[in-house]
Amino acid sequence: MKRFAALFNAIDQSTKTTVKVAALTDYFQLAPEEDRIWTIAIFSGRRPKRAVNTTRLREWGAEVAGIPLWLFEEAYPIVGDLAETIALVLPPPETETDHGLTYWINALRDLSQVEEPERKAFVLEAWRSLDPTQRFLFNKLLTGGFRIGVSQKLMTRALARATGKDEAEMAHRLMGDWDPATTTWAQLIEEDDPAANASRPYPFYLAYALEDAPEDLGAPADWQADWKWDGIRGQLILRGGEHFVWSRGEELMTDRFPELARARDFIPDGTVLDGELLAWGDGAPQNFNALQKRIGRKTVPKKLLTEAPVILYAYDLLEWQGADMRQKPLSERRTTLEHLCKTLPTDAPVKLSPTVPFDTWDALADTRSTARDAQAEGLMLKRKDSPYLTGRKKGDWWKWKLDPLTIDAVMIYAQSGHGRRANLFTDFTFAVWKGNELVPFTKAYSGLTDEEFRKITAWVKKNTQQRFGPVRQVTPHHVFEIAFEGIQASTRHKSGVALRFPRMSRWRHDKPVSEANSLDDLNEMLSIYG
Amino acid sequence: MSALTFTPAGIYCPSGDFYIDPWKPVDRALITHGHADHARWGMGSYLATDIAAPVMHHRLGDVSIDTVRYGETLTIGGAKVSFHPAGHVPGSAQIRVEVAGEVWVASGDYKVVDDGLSTPFEPVKCHHFITESTFGLPVFRWQEQAVIAQQINDWWAGCQAAGKTAFLGCYALGKAQRLMSMLNPEIGPILTHTAIENTNAVMRGQGIVLPDTIQAGADFDHKAHPGGLVLAPPSALGSAWARKFGAQENAFASGWMALRGIRRRRAGDRGFVISDHADWSGLLSAIKETEAENIYVTHGYTEIFTRFLNDQGWNAQVLQTEFGGEDAEDEAA
Repeated sequence: MKRFAALFNAIDQSTKTTVKVAALTDYFQLAPEEDRIWTIAIFSGRRPKRAVNTTRLREWGAEVAGIPLWLFEEAYPIVGDLAETIALVLPPPETETDHGLTYWINALRDLSQVEEPERKAFVLEAWRSLDPTQRFLFNKLLTGGFRIGVSQKLMTRALARATGKDEAEMAHRLMGDWDPATTTWAQLIEEDDPAANASRPYPFYLAYALEDAPEDLGAPADWQADWKWDGIRGQLILRGGEHFVWSRGEELMTDRFPELARARDFIPDGTVLDGELLAWGDGAPQNFNALQKRIGRKTVPKKLLTEAPVILYAYDLLEWQGADMRQKPLSERRTTLEHLCKTLPTDAPVKLSPTVPFDTWDALADTRSTARDAQAEGLMLKRKDSPYLTGRKKGDWWKWKLDPLTIDAVMIYAQSGHGRRANLFTDFTFAVWKGNELVPFTKAYSGLTDEEFRKITAWVKKNTQQRFGPVRQVTPHHVFEIAFEGIQASTRHKSGVALRFPRMSRWRHDKPVSEANSLDDLNEMLSIYG
Repeated sequence: MSALTFTPAGIYCPSGDFYIDPWKPVDRALITHGHADHARWGMGSYLATDIAAPVMHHRLGDVSIDTVRYGETLTIGGAKVSFHPAGHVPGSAQIRVEVAGEVWVASGDYKVVDDGLSTPFEPVKCHHFITESTFGLPVFRWQEQAVIAQQINDWWAGCQAAGKTAFLGCYALGKAQRLMSMLNPEIGPILTHTAIENTNAVMRGQGIVLPDTIQAGADFDHKAHPGGLVLAPPSALGSAWARKFGAQENAFASGWMALRGIRRRRAGDRGFVISDHADWSGLLSAIKETEAENIYVTHGYTEIFTRFLNDQGWNAQVLQTEFGGEDAEDEAA
């Protein structure tokens, strides 16, 4: 694991993309092939199954460190990472070991087959023999969640460089549900295997948010507008008599949305569609709440299937008659997609997401302001002559979202963050007035600068009224403007509402607590936008 | 009556009518060391060690500072007072106060390892010990200074080989001079930000030996000193002044760099784990060696550290102070 640890250090000790890519490129040329495969898997979120539960790991870590468990538990939220906390409290290593990454991953896999005492002995022996960085990585493998500042994009670039292949092709090869335990370097990176290709999705093209006026994009006639739906971005693949549904996060969701199986009855083999998975009812898309019931469910009870049936609202055609369409202009892909969708019966689980016609940017701005009525978050602007690109690239696709809703709220609880935000209070609970009482209604974590988080952290430390584990109740004093995309009635929240994507948009130094909004204000928003 | 009491203005000795590191203006202040959260402006008179006084004059301007040598015993009213090395920065002291046989030690900030620059920490036996807890968690454990020196020098040589200037962010008083003494001058020139060079000048003026440095002031010729390492306050990293040096790498030297989250947030490229405060085991060994039964825990992880001490059989309590500044993290501790 020394080589992997050296790679990790090289990446972790630099903020520069060029340095990270160079370190990865070297690694992909020099490391043993099996280690390369696992490295790709880990950096793309395909981590091995967790072998030991974290409660045991905390107990063992505290035991070996010779500290009481409560002290370990106090240190953990301050460090912000369990694997790191354990690595830091352990005494220095006593021996050395030379095993590679794959050895450790296999050993961890086998660990799930043995009884706990043996498992514990193995983990403690590993801690005794690994240096601090390797220990941290070993603990990361044990606990999962390997976020270390390498995006899939950087890794893909390094792999392309190490192998002399095209970056887009490499991105495509890494998609799908290949298993690092059984996939070889040759299969994943070098060979052309039609069977492996059948389920493989195309990399999604992602849009940037439009910051400037749309006038800067040029003539309206060069652009297509469609609604930006608030569902799950998905890709439907029909190949070899089978169908596959992928999320943007590269999760295979075929079994979660059994409704889509019927697409095979109407759409020919050799077709790949890009669109939004949405709950459908009364001839229109439903709000995200309706889809929410389906998320996280691996299997779906019949009742839900009829209550909240899901469709793919298709807006792009990536493959047609077995041919990759991505280099063709959007206008041509769209024409073929429209022809295809015309042939579909009204109860098919695939529908055409309509375009929004417009002549001038001003007229389109007016239409955009009605997005909430259409259950949309805003508009997508796509250049008609653009190919379907890979990843997030500026220029051809833009999301032009509605301005968020806002409300002024009082911070009442604070909790420290994780990872990069460790030792800072970054996770807050906000409340609005109900008479003389402050009613919590949302949490928010983002939107402030590091400098603002430092200031509020110093303030929280001095103004804590009560501690509940890692959560601190603070003096109601600071008012923040909370921005959010939508509001729904909710029985799970005391306030009776649930917000979509809440974040802190402004620290209202100018507002005293008494001038924060009330629950009545929230309920009024609920009646208008809910 | 207790030899030391805790008042809204700071730690107070009724028998001697003086304060230790007060945070409000008082007539008579005994100062452990020159950092801004301990040596504040506006006191009627100051008493500090002879080694700490020059920097205090530099920072506080025209104030009256009486000096005392380490180990020398003074009588102030009904109190016997002496200053003992705290090992934090040059001249830093633990202040021992004895009244009618009851001994208190206010330790200010301290570290127990010898940094080669400050007079090394000396344990002082007492009944009541006031301790900081900046790094009072078992996740903080410092490596040998030589190991960190090697890391920094390797990094510097690497920057130089890549044609880059190495920027090392650190606190201007104490940390900067300690880092200088750890650098290998054979690698290249040691360059300094004006804020650090001013402190260097004060220390050299009082006879503390520091390696040669070149001040990178307003009329600095950037081309004349290639391959250098620049010591600068953290706020100067990435500033217009720093950008004039061209290609560069940024690092930060502080105990907080032990935590990856903070390192990624604060450090730019590299973070070196080195502190002028005691680590977990340093705090515990220092407390043990005082043989004190009563421990007062100030700035840092006060609640957690106090609970641990009580668990281990000490009579410990949290002491609210205004040490540690707005945010300990900014202190480049």
